[in-house]
Amino acid sequence: MKRAGFTTRWLPILLLLPQLLIIFVFFYWPAGHALHSSFFLQDPFGFGSTFVGLDNYRDLAGNKEYMRIARFTLLFTLLVTFFSLAFALLLAVKADNVLRGAKTYRTLLMWVYAIAPPVAGFIGLIMFDQSWGPLTRFLQSIGWDFTLGVNFRDTATAMVIVSVWKQVPVNFIFFLSGLQSIPRSVREAAMIDNRSAAGRFWDVTFPLLAPTGFFLLITNITYSLFETFGTIDVLVKGEPGNNPMTLVYKVYVDGFRGNDLGGSSAQSVVLMVLVLALTIFQFRLVERRIHYT
Amino acid sequence: MTKMKLSAAAAAVAMMANTAFAQTEITWWHAMGGALGETVNKIAEDFNASQSDYKITPVFKGTYEETLTAGIAAFRAGEQPNVLQVFDAGAATVIGAKGATVPVQDLLTDNGVAFDINDYISGVRYFYADSDGKMIGMPFNSSSPIMYYNMNALEKAGVTPPKTWEEFQTVTAPALKDAGYTGLSQSHLPWIFTENFMSRHDLPFATNNNGYDGTDTQILVNNDAIKAHFTAVADWKDKGYFEWFGTGWGDNQTPFEEGKVAIWLGSSGSFGGLSKKDLPFEFSATYLPYWEAVTKEPKQTFIGGASLFAMAGKSAEENKATAAFFEFLTSPETQYFWHKDTGYVPITEAAYELAKSDGHYDRMPAAEVGIQQLSLPAGDNTKGYRMGFYVQIRDVMNREYGRILTGETSVEDAFANIETEANALLAKFAKTQK
Repeated sequence: MKRAGFTTRWLPILLLLPQLLIIFVFFYWPAGHALHSSFFLQDPFGFGSTFVGLDNYRDLAGNKEYMRIARFTLLFTLLVTFFSLAFALLLAVKADNVLRGAKTYRTLLMWVYAIAPPVAGFIGLIMFDQSWGPLTRFLQSIGWDFTLGVNFRDTATAMVIVSVWKQVPVNFIFFLSGLQSIPRSVREAAMIDNRSAAGRFWDVTFPLLAPTGFFLLITNITYSLFETFGTIDVLVKGEPGNNPMTLVYKVYVDGFRGNDLGGSSAQSVVLMVLVLALTIFQFRLVERRIHYT
Repeated sequence: MTKMKLSAAAAAVAMMANTAFAQTEITWWHAMGGALGETVNKIAEDFNASQSDYKITPVFKGTYEETLTAGIAAFRAGEQPNVLQVFDAGAATVIGAKGATVPVQDLLTDNGVAFDINDYISGVRYFYADSDGKMIGMPFNSSSPIMYYNMNALEKAGVTPPKTWEEFQTVTAPALKDAGYTGLSQSHLPWIFTENFMSRHDLPFATNNNGYDGTDTQILVNNDAIKAHFTAVADWKDKGYFEWFGTGWGDNQTPFEEGKVAIWLGSSGSFGGLSKKDLPFEFSATYLPYWEAVTKEPKQTFIGGASLFAMAGKSAEENKATAAFFEFLTSPETQYFWHKDTGYVPITEAAYELAKSDGHYDRMPAAEVGIQQLSLPAGDNTKGYRMGFYVQIRDVMNREYGRILTGETSVEDAFANIETEANALLAKFAKTQK
């Protein structure tokens, strides 16, 4: 087989340059800056700056509030990722079987995809409003005295529900197209071997969906960790108080509200390392078990 | 082609015309949204109309925190506005950064504007001053936490507004509860129940003269008086005398406006907004209550709100424009307009006199409460406070207070936490100031 190639050495570099430049300007350069600032304590206006070595990191390790936020972030990520994937898969499997009005049904399910996280947060704020929110009233009618913004657990619940609601449509689209790409012949063969629909799903459909599922797992974890920022910001009205927050939101609160640049930079470096480790783990360990056709 | 030439020529003429009537343009970044923003725009328009040499453009930059952060980022990029509004909690940050601002006292005297710190009412005089008493920021929207009450509710319950917290818990709140009301809510626990708790009872809030005399400051928040106060507040909540609706300001104001809560502690700057609303009841206001067990002679409160800082790095021409604007802003007429329209206190004695002689307080007695409370006798600890990373310290307070009120922590543990974390933040801030 003939390998396609460039005749000159410079052309490929030239073609790559715009992309590399973007990555450099929006990732490497700020990341380098964050790493540098994390070793200093700086006057917000940029007048004084003291080198403090690893003090900013030590402060984080010894701060039980930071650890509490880290634990919450972990739980939040697990819940949001699990429920977003589970609901989307369920809906996709059911939608795949619908024959009449399939298009309308699917369009309605995908609709929420177009909503930005802060708007989703705002809708959550209305639905869970303390005095007249419909969902608050519903929960109160079943005996749950739900108070958004007052009770830690209630606010956390609202955050998870809104984040999942916002993410399900994206996953739904991917799962549905994944399901539709499974060859009819495979399904028919499975039908002969196994009469139970659930059995067929777990033995045949689910493994064939694994590549889609793995891709979604990574994007959903990233979503829960980072993109939920807008939702959280709106739900806590910019002032977390005793409400839960994620690590990313903490970076913002300390850096942009509190003007503590050194401390906030150290937090963002920690976050960067965590994501790096997570990605390596996923690709090394999880992806090996997945078979692409 | 000719068309293009023509428009180029027109542009050139326009530019020349602009330089011919050389107006010095300055910008003002502020955090006054909604109705307050409209009043700010009106003041700017009036200033621009009052003379032809200068033009000020006000720009709304979001919340107090967002405005400060935007100002800092702009300063670091060399794009700072001429005037930046900074709130009480950001005072240490901006005053600590010497060279970021031109002290307002210097700005005015250098540009030939008469300045006497004694023209300002006593409560606002030194809050934004340095330890030598030099005024650094121009107090602009100054407020104080006061007690608003639903007159109909109090009448129905047969009580008068409480003077002390003892009276509130033994007489007022039980009667209001019997009449079907929640007695009390408040809108800012760090501001009203912490900072002004210290000031009203004349308790030291921090070492180093409340932080004015140095940066190696320690917070003195972990004291018996305030712990007793929060123990009482938690108890009131259990008894249905008090309700807490979250950290947000509006969440706690709304139930008062809806007539569910009879007494609300808010800002004197909320007066204008409340008066413009069509509330289903008559309301009035009076002083913040105090604990008789702590003091028999309650003192004045700190000012809240924000002040205006003249940012450094601007041309002499522009600084002159800023000085002219400050002169306009502090004139009795402008101050009286601002006071009347918003409820923020007039910052000069002259403006206060003007409001009195115009009969403003005969028409609306409650409008005078804020300034009267700021003019109560001063104590050793009522000048103000100056602490770095104070926005974060307030966040810690909000978190711990929220946990007390939702039963997640004890008063004892909460204050121990606040003390530890605040002192760590203060020590951290001290390191940034070298």
